[in-house]
Amino acid sequence: MKLLSVMLGGFFGAITRYSIGEWIQTDNGIPLGTLSINLLGCFLLGWFLTFFTLRKNIKTEFILFIGTGFIGSFTTFSAFSVETVLLFQNGLTVYGVLYVLISIIFGILLAFMGLKLAIINVEKGETR
Amino acid sequence: MIWLIGIGGSLGAAARYLLGNYMNKKKKLNPFPFGTWVINITGSFLLGLLGNLHLLNEISHGVWFFAGIGFCGAYTTFSTFGYEAITLFQSNKLKLACAYVLTSVILSIAAAGLGFTISFTHD
Repeated sequence: MKLLSVMLGGFFGAITRYSIGEWIQTDNGIPLGTLSINLLGCFLLGWFLTFFTLRKNIKTEFILFIGTGFIGSFTTFSAFSVETVLLFQNGLTVYGVLYVLISIIFGILLAFMGLKLAIINVEKGETR
Repeated sequence: MIWLIGIGGSLGAAARYLLGNYMNKKKKLNPFPFGTWVINITGSFLLGLLGNLHLLNEISHGVWFFAGIGFCGAYTTFSTFGYEAITLFQSNKLKLACAYVLTSVILSIAAAGLGFTISFTHD
């Protein structure tokens, strides 16, 4: 059941990534599709894992379906790496460096903001 | 065609889950996230290889959708990378966090570049 939950989440995560990527097209310069997907996913996973770790009695399958499966497959590291290589290869060094820095710094920052928001949400829920 | 991405994605997610679990069991006492680290580097290499073959029209659209966008895309993950980085920062393992972030980024990009380059010289 655990593996199946991951696979089902991965199925929808990959399709959602493709659909959003098609919708946010960039011809030259920073790959905004992958960038927005990865930043959004970092925030969502930071919030999700913190929120449901703090709240007990959550089924492991649910965490695996949404967290490991869906959000894990929605975001992607390999496209980020290959897009960076392509930017460097096309001589767009500044864009390449900017793409890497923005992805990493804001990705980690957004994961942290998601974590903080989840803590606030859980605390509020407990005082009610 | 979108089904191919979904099926590739479900297999990529399964591979990440199984390999991640296996690595975590092996390195139980080590806080460095070896699982995601290895996954992101190897997946970047594979996508570099497939990406160039796709640009050179050596593989069909279907193979690219299934193995590239689906499998490699879902096998590697940016969100877990971000979450593991803040987990290390929050437990005050600053050196380890910086090492994790820097080596993940540098080695993954280098691996993608290597995959890209060797696919030029296959014949």
